[in-house]
Amino acid sequence: MNAQTEKKPIIEMRNIRKTYGPVIALAGVSIKIYPGECHCLLGDNGAGKSTFIKTMSGVVKPTEGDIIVDGNVQNFENPRDAMEAGISTVHQHLAMIPLMSVSRNFFLGNEPTKKIAGIQFYDREKADHETMEAMRKMGINLRGPDQAVGTLSGGERQTVAISRAVHFGAKVLILDEPTSALGVRQTSNVLATIDKVRKEGVAVVFITHNVRHALAVGDRFTVLNRGTTHGTAERGGITPEALQDLMAGGQELASLEGSLGGTV
Amino acid sequence: MSNETTTGIDERVNEMSSFRNALIRPELGGIIGTIAVFAVFIFLAGDSGMFSVQGVMNWSVVSAQFMIIAVGACLLMIAGEFDLSVGSMIGFAGMLIAIFGVTFGWPMWMAIILTFVICMTIGALNGLICIRTGLPSFIVTLAFLFILRGFTIFLPQTIERKTIIGGIREAAEGDWLGIIFGGKILQGLFIYLGDLGVIAVFSRGTRAGQPVVDGIPMLIVWALGLVIFGHILLTKTRFGNWVFASGGDAEAARNSGVPVSKVKILMFMFTAFCATVFATCQVMEFGSAGADRGLLKEFEAIIAVVIGGALLTGGYGSVIGAALGALIFGVVQQGLFFAGVESSLFRVFLGVILLGAVILNTYIRRLITGER
Ligand SMILES: Nc1ncnc2c1ncn2[C@@H]1O[C@H](COP(=O)(O)OP(=O)(O)OP(=O)(O)O)[C@@H](O)[C@H]1O
Ligand SMILES: [Mg+2]
Repeated sequence: MNAQTEKKPIIEMRNIRKTYGPVIALAGVSIKIYPGECHCLLGDNGAGKSTFIKTMSGVVKPTEGDIIVDGNVQNFENPRDAMEAGISTVHQHLAMIPLMSVSRNFFLGNEPTKKIAGIQFYDREKADHETMEAMRKMGINLRGPDQAVGTLSGGERQTVAISRAVHFGAKVLILDEPTSALGVRQTSNVLATIDKVRKEGVAVVFITHNVRHALAVGDRFTVLNRGTTHGTAERGGITPEALQDLMAGGQELASLEGSLGGTV
Repeated sequence: MSNETTTGIDERVNEMSSFRNALIRPELGGIIGTIAVFAVFIFLAGDSGMFSVQGVMNWSVVSAQFMIIAVGACLLMIAGEFDLSVGSMIGFAGMLIAIFGVTFGWPMWMAIILTFVICMTIGALNGLICIRTGLPSFIVTLAFLFILRGFTIFLPQTIERKTIIGGIREAAEGDWLGIIFGGKILQGLFIYLGDLGVIAVFSRGTRAGQPVVDGIPMLIVWALGLVIFGHILLTKTRFGNWVFASGGDAEAARNSGVPVSKVKILMFMFTAFCATVFATCQVMEFGSAGADRGLLKEFEAIIAVVIGGALLTGGYGSVIGAALGALIFGVVQQGLFFAGVESSLFRVFLGVILLGAVILNTYIRRLITGER
């Protein structure tokens, strides 16, 4: 680690609690996200990872706790507020409209406009062009920008969602299991993209179930377990084996690993 | 956001998509239907006067009426909601204008503006209830179908002891806003054409020498204006993108930063606006407001929209398609009359067209969206 540790966090999540009626999804989680770093959120199914990043992206309002962006306490009323603070998200369920074209989905909520006779019109050429450009960069060749998202494969859809978030993620990029449906080439593309935007100074929050992916790009690792966290480890401060054990909650995996011959 | 220019577009892709766009579009079903309907009636009623100036004006006015409410219903349906209270709203709005303008004797412009404000507020209320409670708009607006119709009968009965209030034309005489709904344009042109002998003139009576059609009613101007406005709003602005997204998947749209509630409420208000335009034109034309006006109009609007290729579940459709649906509706209704077909068969025709159009539209939509 170098001088990065002395940086000020771009987002600090302080004691976030979220309850759904009797269900405690998050029981007070605190983390700090730094610019130019990839922060991996790890943990079992149902640990609360998606709920946690949803509070960060304005989709879910925390029951308790503070979200501090650039030193100011923020209350995101809706996703738009978070976007305006420079936070963009790829949700686990992608947030794409299947009946709409790729380029209209890509720019949804951020449509480029041009003025004709004093009226703001949707700038379709620009949207189409930039969409194709961004998709080519991610290694996907679309038939055309007006292809409906419903006609894309699951992985292609995920790639559209990722390149959209990268395109608009000015300060913070949140990726909730972005590689779950991707092919080998696209996965390495996504990891390379994470590395690239991190070097440009963007803070990345990366949720994954794959330890190797996490170790490949992660600077910090936070493991959530049943709505709580046991702190954050830095790169080099934890062995891959220890991380893997933490992610699965300890012993269960150890016994499994024996019977599967260490393939997990 | 980068500010790259649009140079270097892949021409091959562009060419292919414009070819595809030209052929397969949401309103293709409406276009085919329109051609088919005109072909049938040129054959059935070609020499009945249906295509004389008077005949054209006759079915144009009827189609324009359908168009006005279809534009509102179309945008609302694409945004993922229904408004079943449109018909009742038409009766209610007309009755308000009559009560304010005739019974209370207020200036007509004031009566009209106040009616628009009240009706659009009710539209917003419809939307607000749907959004806040999460109830389907089908149920909420069904309630308003009864509530508004009830008031439309109750108000004139309590105030005037009758269910029809007349005298609107007299009250609107010379009113600047009344003209915008009840007037006609291009009257000079029609007199000129009559003098030239291009269109027929009355040969007897008080209007002898005047053309049989003396101008284009403002109703038609409103219809075309609303269609153009709706089409541009939907396809050429960022708000249009939000309308599609709100109906396509409200959750995903919200997560992408679209103000879904605002979009939907605005569309409910726009539908109410269209219903009030319809009502105002109607009371100006008839000179009276009746408690039974606008019955079943909500269904006629929805049928026109569906014939025009919109998806009942939202997120897909076209204003041009809805306008063509309205045109088909008007031409068939009046055409059967010109052709001398028993009028009860109208419903049979309508059912057949609706079914045919929906099947065709489903097929076209699958081609475009790859829906499974
Ligand atoms: N809207 C909701 N209502 C009730 N309970 C919820 C809701 N959303 C999430 N939960 C609960 O909160 C817990 C955490 O869910 P979350 O989606 O955050 O898990 P996750 O860590 O993202 O899991 P996965 O790895 O499977 O994506 C779960 O037990 C879930 O049942
Ligand atoms: Mg999750």
